Amino acid sequence: MRRGATRHSLLVAGKSGRTVDELIQLLAGMGLPGLLAQAAGMLAVCAIIIGYIAVASMFMIWWERKISAHIQVRLGPMRVGGWHGWAQSIADGVKLLLKEDIVPTAADKLVFALAPIVVFATALATYVIIPFGPGLWTKNLNIGVLYYISISSLTVVGIIMAGWSSNNKYSVLGAMRSAAQAISYEVPLVVSVLGVIMVVGSLNMEAIVEYQSSRMWGFFPGHWLVWGQLVGFLVYFTAALAECNRLPFDIPEAESELVAGFHVEYSGIRFAMFFLAEYANMFVVSAIAVTMFLGGWKGPVLTLGFLSPGLAAKLWGLFWFLTKAYFLIFVMMWLRWTLARLRVDQLMHLGWKVLLPIAFLNLGFTGLFLILKDVWWGS
Amino acid sequence: MDAQAATALPQGIEFERGETAEEMYVNMGPQHPSTHGVLRLLLKLDGELIKDCIPYIGYLHRCHEKIGENRNYIQIIPYTDRLDYLASMYNNWSYVKAVEALMGVKPPERAEYMRVILGELQRIASHLIWMGTFGLDIGNFTIFMYCFREREMILDLFESVSGQRLNYAFFRIGGMPMDFPETFYNDADGFLEWFKGRLPEYDRVMTDNIIFQRRVQGVGILSEEDAVGYACSGPVLRGSGIRWDLRKNDPYGIYDRFEFDVPAGDRGDVWDRYMVRRLEMEESARIVEQALAQIPPGEIMAKVPKTIKPPAGQVYSRVESPRGELGHFIISDGTPNPYRYRVRSPAYVNLSALPAMLKGCLVADAVAVLGSIDIVLGEIDR
Repeated sequence: MRRGATRHSLLVAGKSGRTVDELIQLLAGMGLPGLLAQAAGMLAVCAIIIGYIAVASMFMIWWERKISAHIQVRLGPMRVGGWHGWAQSIADGVKLLLKEDIVPTAADKLVFALAPIVVFATALATYVIIPFGPGLWTKNLNIGVLYYISISSLTVVGIIMAGWSSNNKYSVLGAMRSAAQAISYEVPLVVSVLGVIMVVGSLNMEAIVEYQSSRMWGFFPGHWLVWGQLVGFLVYFTAALAECNRLPFDIPEAESELVAGFHVEYSGIRFAMFFLAEYANMFVVSAIAVTMFLGGWKGPVLTLGFLSPGLAAKLWGLFWFLTKAYFLIFVMMWLRWTLARLRVDQLMHLGWKVLLPIAFLNLGFTGLFLILKDVWWGS
Repeated sequence: MDAQAATALPQGIEFERGETAEEMYVNMGPQHPSTHGVLRLLLKLDGELIKDCIPYIGYLHRCHEKIGENRNYIQIIPYTDRLDYLASMYNNWSYVKAVEALMGVKPPERAEYMRVILGELQRIASHLIWMGTFGLDIGNFTIFMYCFREREMILDLFESVSGQRLNYAFFRIGGMPMDFPETFYNDADGFLEWFKGRLPEYDRVMTDNIIFQRRVQGVGILSEEDAVGYACSGPVLRGSGIRWDLRKNDPYGIYDRFEFDVPAGDRGDVWDRYMVRRLEMEESARIVEQALAQIPPGEIMAKVPKTIKPPAGQVYSRVESPRGELGHFIISDGTPNPYRYRVRSPAYVNLSALPAMLKGCLVADAVAVLGSIDIVLGEIDR
């Protein structure tokens, strides 16, 4: 079928980071010395991403409150800002910023202060490889998937730091649960993603998206990897829920058991950083799922007369990417407000005894299929 | 940390001292979202495993029984509302029934029917709150709002009858103070119709959910012997497989006229206690339907003197409240105030079985097991 895709991955890596490079070249052209232009360009991209995380997280918080309210026959926030309480998250953010910064006397102050930064920074770092649209990425790493997997597992370090440094028994319990959960879910998550990598033959995000670009009968996205890798997708999505500490896997926080788990002692802006990181992570796992399984930014592109074709493609790519990602986020919220919470031992059971064998089976069948394909169609 | 916890123990109670350094003591409550008020559980944990548990009570103590000795018989009625504030009608009923037995007064038939209707609606309301908060304990937030939606309707009915939504003080010694309003019968029928349609909805969210089932099945087992040994009553006892319901086994009022079943479990785990309450809601709805169909016209108040002075003597009278056997023990010395006024509260007795249920559970189970007992601290601490 599409044999070319396996080899074109290395070629793609060559033209990495088009938009960012263009920006840096623009800055250099304005007379900035090379290194400074590089730094300024990166800083600008960083600011854009932080701005996006802040705005998107606030939107998601408001959105989740609305979704949960409508699932629970309520209305949710209706007052702040007029139209359906759209400014509620902004008001909450301002409130959290103005709160007194409380550090417990018995806490390990340095680690306590560092923990939310670590959690937020890891969430931020994963945005580097997210391909929002054609050319709309910070860095088109040729080890993109590997980068995501390794960075995202760092979150748990921050959580353990938070739980340990708070010197609170509930937070220690939460941190330990989080560590156990991370170990149980990283493994099936990685194995579920391996199937995609085997089919595409590349770790590069752009290559993965390009592989899924063609359509059946002109419109049906038959090359989305979700069809062939449905099992992998389901395992990935389940593991991703656990990765984000979302219900039914919100065991590290478990407010009815551990009060708030690892962030019991946090308040004000530090708490807000944990909260932002949670929603930022939700977007990341959805974005990765979209890229790997749902065709990334690919979708019908309508030409817009007043835009240049390149810009129109980028904007439409962004549109389709965000639509798909937010649909997955909606599913995550839907699950959260429908399901009950698992118990710790049940979570381990699910991770090790159910998801992992399924993921390995999926991997085995994918490999078998690829070999048979080679045998039948030749190489 | 260990020394601290040990010194905090009351005299005469001792924890089994652990051998390993991994054990820690955790105070669950009184400020904890899942202790349903101000209960404090001292847990000895080995990791997540519960080694031992002591429930501490008394944070809501307000001298209920002593106040009772200093008020006259009618003044006590509003105080009883504050016992089990989620089932105020039953507290009224239990107390009023005790005084009536002491005085030898028999309420008129219509008043008895009114009591059954209000009582069974109250049972549904109480079980609804229990179901919703149990959902919160397990991590299912949506059922909470569903249950409260239906409970609001019951409270609307009660408001139309008594003018109050939580503490009704609606029962009187010898009958009821006023009749149902004209609209009540239609509204109650409408509510029952609506409520029966909602039960399958609860099942879809809670009962049939595989995660929920895994969380509650085989957890917090209370054996038949233990349930009897701890003098448990109500759904906790029935969950352990003993079909003991005062409405059937010691029918008071007019309960022998209605047709209803007493659901019971067989394993005594959280699931059985859940299912008992879930099915009891249906049975209560059945009883209300029958009572609404049969209710006769007539007097609602027996002949009772203005100042109530029961003859000297003592009485213990009990009813089946949503939480179990709720009893009032009154000693009268012939004056307008009781000489001794004592409450046998089901939640208090059922709570004493908690350590037996919790042995070998995880922290997450502690919340589920505690929720399955359905405690109300107002009744435990009095």
